[in-house]
Amino acid sequence: MRVAIVTFPGSNCDYDCYKAITDVLRRSARFVWHGETRLGEADVVILPGGFSYGDYLRAGAIARFSPIMPAVQAFAAAGGIVLGICNGFQILCEAGLLPGALIRNRGLKFLGQPVHVRVENNETLFTRAYAPGQLLRLHIAHGEGNYVADAETIAELESSRRVVFRYVSAGGEVLDSGNPNGSTHGIAGVINAGGNVLGLMPHPERSVEALLGSTDGLGIFRSLQRAVESGIAERRLVTAEAG
Amino acid sequence: MAATRELEVGGALPRPGDPAITPELVADHGLSAEEYERMVEILGREPTYTELGVFSALWSEHCGYKNSKRLLRKLPTEAPWVLQGPGENAGVIDIGDGLAIAFKIESHNHPSAVEPYQGAATGVGGILRDVFTMGARPIAVLDSLRFGSLTKPRVRYLFAGVVKGIGDYGNCVGIPNLGGEVFFDDAYEANPLVNAMAIGLMKKEDLIRGMASGPGNPILAVGSKTGRDGIHGATFASEELSDENEAKRPQVQVGDPFTEKLLLEASLELIRSGHIVGIQDMGAAGLASSSSEMAARAGTGVDIDTALMPAREAGMTPYEMLLSESQERMLVVAHAGHEEEVRAILRKWELDAAVIGYVTDDGLYRVREHGRIVCEIPGEQLVQGCPTYVREATESESVRALRTWKPDAHHLAAASLHPVKVLLRLLASPTIASKRWVYNQYDTTVRTNTVVAPGGDAGVLRIRGTRRGIAATTDCNGRYVYLNPRRGAMIAVAEAARNVVCVGARPRAVTDNLNFGSPLRPEIYYQLREAVLGMAEACRAFDTPVVSGNVSLYNESPAGAVYPTPVVGMVGVLEDVESHTRAAFQADGDRIVLLGRNTDELGGSEYLKVVHGLIAGDAPDVDLAAERALQEAVLEMTAARLLHSAHDCSEGGLAVCLAESAILPDAPFGVDVALDDPLDAAPLLFGEAQGRIVVSCAEAGLEAVLGIAATHGVPAAPIGWVRGGTAARFVIRSAAAAVDVATADLAEVYRTAIPKLMDRMVG
Repeated sequence: MRVAIVTFPGSNCDYDCYKAITDVLRRSARFVWHGETRLGEADVVILPGGFSYGDYLRAGAIARFSPIMPAVQAFAAAGGIVLGICNGFQILCEAGLLPGALIRNRGLKFLGQPVHVRVENNETLFTRAYAPGQLLRLHIAHGEGNYVADAETIAELESSRRVVFRYVSAGGEVLDSGNPNGSTHGIAGVINAGGNVLGLMPHPERSVEALLGSTDGLGIFRSLQRAVESGIAERRLVTAEAG
Repeated sequence: MAATRELEVGGALPRPGDPAITPELVADHGLSAEEYERMVEILGREPTYTELGVFSALWSEHCGYKNSKRLLRKLPTEAPWVLQGPGENAGVIDIGDGLAIAFKIESHNHPSAVEPYQGAATGVGGILRDVFTMGARPIAVLDSLRFGSLTKPRVRYLFAGVVKGIGDYGNCVGIPNLGGEVFFDDAYEANPLVNAMAIGLMKKEDLIRGMASGPGNPILAVGSKTGRDGIHGATFASEELSDENEAKRPQVQVGDPFTEKLLLEASLELIRSGHIVGIQDMGAAGLASSSSEMAARAGTGVDIDTALMPAREAGMTPYEMLLSESQERMLVVAHAGHEEEVRAILRKWELDAAVIGYVTDDGLYRVREHGRIVCEIPGEQLVQGCPTYVREATESESVRALRTWKPDAHHLAAASLHPVKVLLRLLASPTIASKRWVYNQYDTTVRTNTVVAPGGDAGVLRIRGTRRGIAATTDCNGRYVYLNPRRGAMIAVAEAARNVVCVGARPRAVTDNLNFGSPLRPEIYYQLREAVLGMAEACRAFDTPVVSGNVSLYNESPAGAVYPTPVVGMVGVLEDVESHTRAAFQADGDRIVLLGRNTDELGGSEYLKVVHGLIAGDAPDVDLAAERALQEAVLEMTAARLLHSAHDCSEGGLAVCLAESAILPDAPFGVDVALDDPLDAAPLLFGEAQGRIVVSCAEAGLEAVLGIAATHGVPAAPIGWVRGGTAARFVIRSAAAAVDVATADLAEVYRTAIPKLMDRMVG
């Protein structure tokens, strides 16, 4: 599996993703600067967390105009696997690759804390390493993670099982007390209709080593590795596409 | 460059429109008549207005340490592992494996009192720059905060703004917050203390110093453009707060963490590229201090032209350019001929850079405006020549009287209140209560190295590519220092060391932030002198030299001075990070062991303050040799992986220490503790005797724990058991008192105290 990690000015989880792929998964990863127009050879593209362009306007609102984004759009359109984490999720929504939007947390404060998340659909390219309904302990670190969309979109996401991760209580129940930021239906992560673009607010790359308290995020990376290396996800060369 | 050199030399001339130098103007610049005489002597003539401004900034307390320098020389600063001591942007120590860490603490008290959000945010920005200009990548931030009572609306406004400012800045740059402390006391109501500490990691060979070496080398201004914000911030920080300070809001700078992140990446790339010889933050006193200090360190001179500085607004005078504290700017000295390579790296990070002058060999600090000299001062005299003072020191009579206070039966018996009610009140006291409300607004896990996050005794980070880890904490109980400055400062160092060993790290070095009132008052100078002496003695006893620090004086308002608060930021090293320990109990049936001895002391305790409304008595006794033995014993226990938890006894005493270890796990534990001390209830449960750590271990490990304690001559008493299960109760029995309460009730009070106070304000 070859992973391209897009670094925007202000990205700050790019290195964490890189280390999760190279040190823990022992697969190859490289950074792609936002000013590039080509992704190069990649099986998976990650848009990492951070504060692209300082997020002074609205999280992800400027990053989506970065020179690299047409290549990311083309990669996704061709069925390439794209994972957006935190600010990456916000950028994917701003870019229209995922539905909905992420607005300010209902408490109006930045939240940096562990949360409980339930795997709502373990039949995606991103979640096959998890058991159905598996309870994960992951970290969130965001000020704008409150997922919203119009009622029709939410209903559509729910009925088509495109809500992949949901905030729950420690006991695994969907309770308001387990929802840190006020997200509609406790939505923590969604996938596109094609099943190849996933965005989530929690940081799976921060939970891949027992020393740091949890390995619950590893399942996402292992799922992708399995998908790519078993040929479920077609290997693709995108050098030419974005050019 | 050649053109610049051929320009006129030979003395500065006043600019048209400069105000006349009058005694009033000199006084407005915070300079005494004596200091002015000294300037005239150095120059051999009257200064220009520009020169007066430069002198006033470099000779402010903030830059010149004029009232503290002679005391600071008493601090130990050397050890075999110290690579860089005080005097640079940050101190640096060797941590093994070819790696080093740079760290420093700095105050932003006055800006935060006036504009809490930006004041605190720019405090974080400045301390991060101090660390990455040494060549180190920042890996952690800690914050040490003091406020008045949260029952006051303005205090809540300050507290909320400061926490949000620290969070927004550090979160955006992507540096995890590793811990700190928050104290609440009326003494800090009008003058909060906001101290931020940063730690950076580097390869030893990447260490770079802030030196302008090599005559002929170009000097570049990098980063944000310069505006009129923050002019005279360093001087503002060196005077007392008054009602007029609201009018000084323009002296508070505005932070841009996004540009900081770009500067960080660009600076580290520049340092590793080999194209530059020195780099320094344009922090306090901006261009004036950075350019003159870099030259003084290298023994060179500089020749710069303020008209070449990228400006945010038109018509700025050299005076304004030199003293502006616009944020996110760096001064870089490049190798001659490498300007293009430097610019290329900066362009990649979308940063501006302009050559503003050159290093010279004449030792003069020369500033021009469009080629015309407006400032020419012998550089070493400017930076080192600030007069230093030993002030009159007299202990305050009222404090001396307070120290002789003795408790009566009413105080000793935990009042007429039941001990459980006292315990609940202490756990609800914001100084003791959970600070989750604070650190949940911080990103504590970015960079994926955080092993022990805030909320315990000290934070722990693993060092990638090695087996090692580092631990860090900040500590100071200002009430103790107020009651007994020398002893209180020793306690600050001792508590920091206990916190570091509680997570399994060996204490290595200290950065200190001396927050005091006006040194011109004898009782304050007395506090400062005694505290520095106490800190020096404790740092020597623990082999923890002071490698960097900051002095913040004039922390006064019309209501008086803050408590003398010498904050100790301590860093320790774990040889094997896997052997770290936490404060939280881990398992049902574990044995609880008290290391150290209970005493009958109550002076300066949180109990006296919260229950009796008293700030009185002497600070607890501290025995440095016993503290050192305790540290060694705990380190040996953690290295042998015997401990399931370790937590030091501090504010609130033994009962609060046990309660915190029980509450901290996600699913709280109970305890079953029996104390056979014949002490009265209050000192036994809530006294703040020093030199105590509560550990827990498996039954099978108990003998080994007691054996190690005995080897080090540390008193050790098995006092009970950890109890699990949802119905677990928190039980302490002794001859004088009995506590029996559901741990869940303790946890509820501890976790909700601060949110309940703050939610009055925020929805």
